Amino acid sequence: MSGVTVFGLAAAAAVGLGLYGLITNPQPLRKIIAFNLLGSGVFLLFGVVGRRGAAAGIGNDPVPQALVITGVVVAFSATALAIALLLRLLQTAGSTTLSSGAPPGAGSDPSGG
Amino acid sequence: MSFIGDMVTVAAVSAGAFFFLAGTVGLLRFPDTLTRLHALTKADNLGLGLVVLGLLPQTESLRDGAKLVSIWLLGLLAGATVSQLIARTARQNETAG
Amino acid sequence: MSIATVFEIVLAAVVMGLGIWTIAVRETYSATVGFVAYGLLVALIWVRLDAVDVALTEAAIGGGLGGVLLLGAAARLRDADAMAAEAPGRAMRASAAALSILTATALAGAVLLLPDPAPTLAPAAVANAWATSLANPVTNVLMAFRAMDTMLEKVVLLLAIIGVWSLASDAAWGGRPGPRHEADPYGVLVFLARLLPPIGIVVGIYLLWTGANHPGGAFQGGAILASMWLLAIMAGLTDTPPVSSRWLRLILIAGPALFLAVGLGGLWFGAAFLAYPAAQAKPLILGIEVAMILTIAATLGLLLAGVPERSSRR
Repeated sequence: MSGVTVFGLAAAAAVGLGLYGLITNPQPLRKIIAFNLLGSGVFLLFGVVGRRGAAAGIGNDPVPQALVITGVVVAFSATALAIALLLRLLQTAGSTTLSSGAPPGAGSDPSGG
Repeated sequence: MSFIGDMVTVAAVSAGAFFFLAGTVGLLRFPDTLTRLHALTKADNLGLGLVVLGLLPQTESLRDGAKLVSIWLLGLLAGATVSQLIARTARQNETAG
Repeated sequence: MSIATVFEIVLAAVVMGLGIWTIAVRETYSATVGFVAYGLLVALIWVRLDAVDVALTEAAIGGGLGGVLLLGAAARLRDADAMAAEAPGRAMRASAAALSILTATALAGAVLLLPDPAPTLAPAAVANAWATSLANPVTNVLMAFRAMDTMLEKVVLLLAIIGVWSLASDAAWGGRPGPRHEADPYGVLVFLARLLPPIGIVVGIYLLWTGANHPGGAFQGGAILASMWLLAIMAGLTDTPPVSSRWLRLILIAGPALFLAVGLGGLWFGAAFLAYPAAQAKPLILGIEVAMILTIAATLGLLLAGVPERSSRR
């Protein structure tokens, strides 16, 4: 069992953990964190595949590395957009619950938007 | 020469790891924020400094060594600033609450 | 089983423990802190996987900027924590657990059954490196062999920032994001914000420059520049610019626009879209990267500054 395989198994576990947290945690911020955990597990799987493709004097296949770098930046921007939505929801509705039972307009929105 | 360098590395990095361990134990066991900060700064300054000192014999050029030392200095700067800010907020919360 | 493998097993175990704690802990603030620590340790895993470029990106963007984003949101949501919705019932948790275990097992099986002469594109990347005369294979792939992906990613960043800006209320439309920060002008934060940005700017530009031949690149450098800008904003030394300002919008489109222009130039004068003539490949790539680092720094900083909240007319 080499180190790379251990990392691959840890990545698979991270994907499972992230999926569980995304489904069961009721608060949106925890869902966002779990989603990021899921994403990092997927990126680690890319890294494991790349590490096994080490050849021609490079330690890790550069194509999966480039895909993961792109993925990290895109995941960050998606998280930023999600958090902006979440904070705006807090501002307009007064709570961050996603269930439809919350009374609309329960919070104050002084800027009238 | 390289044998002495390796001995210095092993000794210094082990000492640095010991300080990190002590800092973590302090973080977990001390009762309040200010004492925990005290423990953490020991890990930051001494532990990181000893690890960097231990890695210096392994570098190949003076420039790599200078980069390592500058990492330690930046870590010191960030740690000192953050500790002061956390401590001031903790003190304000203490007197307010 | 060598020392390195033991270290890697311990590292993977610690990372897994942090992941479990992040999902299971009760308070949201603790989960955020746990996730930041998780991100930084994952950067160590990337170093062990010999992917230093990705480790830099994960530490800077995933751990650093992502951590600031999540901690800020957790702080603002701390009061809303008490009115959290009810936790899902036992049946939902059991089926979610079953689904997660199934997914994780399938992926673990895939990892263990990966083909043994592993397919790889590394020899192809090295064989074609003459086209750009850059020594860092990841930069080659990002900027030349799969430049289309990178260009489209810049557009995705632009879409994200448009999405964030469009959430502004009518009164604050086109205004300044975030609150006006104020700090004691003789305090430690302002001292740090005066001392660190010059160093950070040099490090960021160095990362861009050295990305041609060593691990680094525009994304990592741009993240460091963005964090220096945010530090100055958080210390109150400068205010966030109004999002309707023209120079800000020009900076935001400079990266993708230059990329697109070079791509169309490749179509017009050369073989295909985004084809670089071999003689001018390196200056073209560096020129695109300079525009990219400015756009990335501005975009990441603005994504963290958030939704416009203050009218620009004040």
